[in-house]
Amino acid sequence: MSIEATPKGSMGVAMKRKEDPRFLQGKGNYVDDLSFPGMLHMAIVRSPYPHAEIVNIDGSAALKVPGVKAVITGKDLEAAGLGWLPTFHGYDKQMVLAIGKVLFQYQEVAAVFAESRAAAADGAEAVEVEYKPLPVVADPFVAKQDEVLLRPDREAKTNHIYHWEVGDKDKTAQALGAAEKVIKQRIWFPRCHPAPLEPCGCVAQFDTMGRLTFHVTSQAPHVYRTAITIVTGIPEDKIRVISPDIGGGFGNKVPVYPGYVCAIVGALKLGRPVKWIESRTENLTSTGFARDYHMDVEIGARADGTVTALRVSTTADHGAFDAAADPTKYPAGMFGVVTGSYTFPVAHAEVDAYFTNKAPGGIAYRCSFRVTEASYAIERGMDILADELGMDPVELRRKNFVRKDQFPYASALGFTYDSGDYHRTLDVALEKIGYQALLKQQAEKRAKGELMGIGFSTFTEVVGAGPSKHFDILGIKMFDSAEIRIHPTGSGIVRAGTKSQGQGHETTWAQIVAEELGLDPQNIMVEEGDTDTAPYGLGTYASRSTPVAGAAIAMAARRIRERARKIAAHLMEVGEGDVEWKDYKFQVKGVPAKSVTMKEVAFAAYTNPGQNEPGLEATQYYDPPNMTFPHGAYVAVVDVDRETGEVKVRRFLAVDDCGTVINPLIVEGQIHGGLTEGFAIAFMQEIQYDKDGNNLNTNFTDYLVPTSLESPKWETANTVTPSPHHPIGAKGVGESPNVGSPAAFVNAVIDALSPFGVRHIDMPITRDKVWRAIRDSDPAKG
Amino acid sequence: MRVSIKVNGVAHERDVEPRTLLVYFLREHCGLTGTHVGCDTSSCGCCVVVLDGDTAVKSCTMFAAQADGREVSTVEGLAQGGALHPLQQAFWDNHGLQCGFCTPGMLMTSYALLKHKPNPSETEVREELAGNLCRCTGYNNIVKAVRQAAETLQAAPVQK
Repeated sequence: MSIEATPKGSMGVAMKRKEDPRFLQGKGNYVDDLSFPGMLHMAIVRSPYPHAEIVNIDGSAALKVPGVKAVITGKDLEAAGLGWLPTFHGYDKQMVLAIGKVLFQYQEVAAVFAESRAAAADGAEAVEVEYKPLPVVADPFVAKQDEVLLRPDREAKTNHIYHWEVGDKDKTAQALGAAEKVIKQRIWFPRCHPAPLEPCGCVAQFDTMGRLTFHVTSQAPHVYRTAITIVTGIPEDKIRVISPDIGGGFGNKVPVYPGYVCAIVGALKLGRPVKWIESRTENLTSTGFARDYHMDVEIGARADGTVTALRVSTTADHGAFDAAADPTKYPAGMFGVVTGSYTFPVAHAEVDAYFTNKAPGGIAYRCSFRVTEASYAIERGMDILADELGMDPVELRRKNFVRKDQFPYASALGFTYDSGDYHRTLDVALEKIGYQALLKQQAEKRAKGELMGIGFSTFTEVVGAGPSKHFDILGIKMFDSAEIRIHPTGSGIVRAGTKSQGQGHETTWAQIVAEELGLDPQNIMVEEGDTDTAPYGLGTYASRSTPVAGAAIAMAARRIRERARKIAAHLMEVGEGDVEWKDYKFQVKGVPAKSVTMKEVAFAAYTNPGQNEPGLEATQYYDPPNMTFPHGAYVAVVDVDRETGEVKVRRFLAVDDCGTVINPLIVEGQIHGGLTEGFAIAFMQEIQYDKDGNNLNTNFTDYLVPTSLESPKWETANTVTPSPHHPIGAKGVGESPNVGSPAAFVNAVIDALSPFGVRHIDMPITRDKVWRAIRDSDPAKG
Repeated sequence: MRVSIKVNGVAHERDVEPRTLLVYFLREHCGLTGTHVGCDTSSCGCCVVVLDGDTAVKSCTMFAAQADGREVSTVEGLAQGGALHPLQQAFWDNHGLQCGFCTPGMLMTSYALLKHKPNPSETEVREELAGNLCRCTGYNNIVKAVRQAAETLQAAPVQK
């Protein structure tokens, strides 16, 4: 064999991404880039009314439009048994195309199939639908009164969807009653939308043997395959789901949408491939929104700031269908992490969810199932408590942190936090931001009447769903999987049940394999997203890829190493027990000169395996023993213009602890992106409805996402507290910045406004809200 | 109607519907799918191409007919002879992309910027890119990449 470089480690290396060259040259392969012979295009007719009876649908004019091949409606689908779609957690079902009535503006009413994109759009324009408007419920607190019943299709004749609670209600009430100090605040986390730059879309096609190939923007292709079987009855072996390159997901591409079902039905009915690509307006108005939690937060504390109890009661607005993609047992997701980084002896959290005439959803937008809402509630709450106690918010946090020696820590709401060092992470943040100097500067500015704010968020996340005893979607346990094959010349391929949407799996998965096997990550190919080739996995969302699939990959690589050890023993003519894995190669114990590399072993596995099984492959399904708990300490420094209400983010520091870092370049990139989305949520992004149920943010001129001009510069740092139960100690990071940062921004603005006695402003914090808060303030309370 | 557009130096003559947008001419008639569509309101900039060598345009806001007889450069034309353009290299070196969907538009806007302003300040880069949305990177690394490419190009200009 040729002379080769000494094997070296790949963990923690800031390797440039392997996937980038194709994206940089316009050779990415996104769904809308696909084209097949005879392919038809689909367009969807949508309701202009938020709540209306459908009197009649007339597709005859549409069928006369040149190029239009077919029009289907809810009645057609209902007749075929495809009228309704189950939602992932099983608490509700969703109409594919409206049956009898529409329940939200832009709801899918009919699908039109045509020879071209333009002809399909013309056909959709020509479909005539007669509506009879019904009274609209656009407010969950009105929905609660059950005066207008939105979902007569359901057995329970109420707009109430579910009640969920966790914790000790009575003891919490007692502790709050006995507390020396109690704060209470309603905090609304408004409705927003992930809005990945690539909208959702698909191409459905059946081959001559009746097998469906379904290219789709899916964060969870295997779950889609199973869901398609459940909905359509097509046997699962006759379905191949392929998620090609995906232009961002952020939770938006987890649910199965009505358009996908229509495209499959069209392809079956017309015997030709059907492509459907939604427009930006369709994306913002009909696919999974996030948040919309109205949270009543109460914290009890002693006069010295020691917290004694937490109670949070939430009213959730789910829109027309409860189309959240939460695990079955967790209709409110991981909201139980609302005790945050603090040692609450008792706590109680409850969520009541309601239907309204708004778009369906409640998805996890860059968030592990409602963790963002929970984190925001506690981090805002702690600041309000600090303010009322006259304490420094940093000291209040430090006083109540779970200490390093308390891990594993059992929270009052049932989680076992795996590891953390909250004091240290905060200390790093204070030192790097120069907290004392900032306080001094703030005092000087205040003396001059200038408004400067410093805001903190010291959050804890719960990610990596999840252990099979608690977590499933559609009944499927939330494990993940990896399959590795090492080729004779020492390169290899790894396939996983996850699906990157920009997270860089093609690089980090290769690094894990390379680290475990002493191979070159440049020669480890990563493939995901094709259900015919990848092992079954639950997909990429909720920061679960590294905690679950990343673990499966490391374990599969270790299985390969164990098989390789036998071959290495054979090659070195020693007993297996005399072989050790050291410095990324096999060597005879105590005889460093006698060694073989994995590359040599790989060649032998195919050419000279001795008595051992030939080949070098392994598959691993990994059921995580616990969730992982990344944490961070974030600091925002803002300046507020008292005349215009304009907020400028002067500095933002994120100190994250996501356990072991696989690739620091990618981790930092994830943090930059997540912080920018947190900034957007704090200051810009909101899906608003007027009282008549009209969506007011239907495109990028109304739904404001940040540009390069307003996006702040980010400062980052990290501490490393490995997860004790994860094979490589990694915890996941993609969502931390989006979970942790909104509270830091809002806390900073409220701190800036403290001379006016302003206690709270709901996001997004726009200029007019700040200006009004100042105008309506009572400086005497400041 | 018949239009003739030179794309990355190659003439493409096609019969199109008058309403055909330049972006769909590129994607569906020329098979150049590197130019993307991310919105309906000319807000996102995923579709930016360069017209006549130095003008960044949103190809979703222009009819193919308007580009008749003109030259269009797309992301597919940036790399020359198997070597990445300094902008592409800088985006790679600085982790200036994640999902990759905005990247072609970012590159082409930056390409036109550097034609007009070979050494832009950070503020000038941020102002110029304000019509190109990115949901993954938070722009910090994109801005860094554009400035690194400017330095590289000034040291060794690419003939194109």
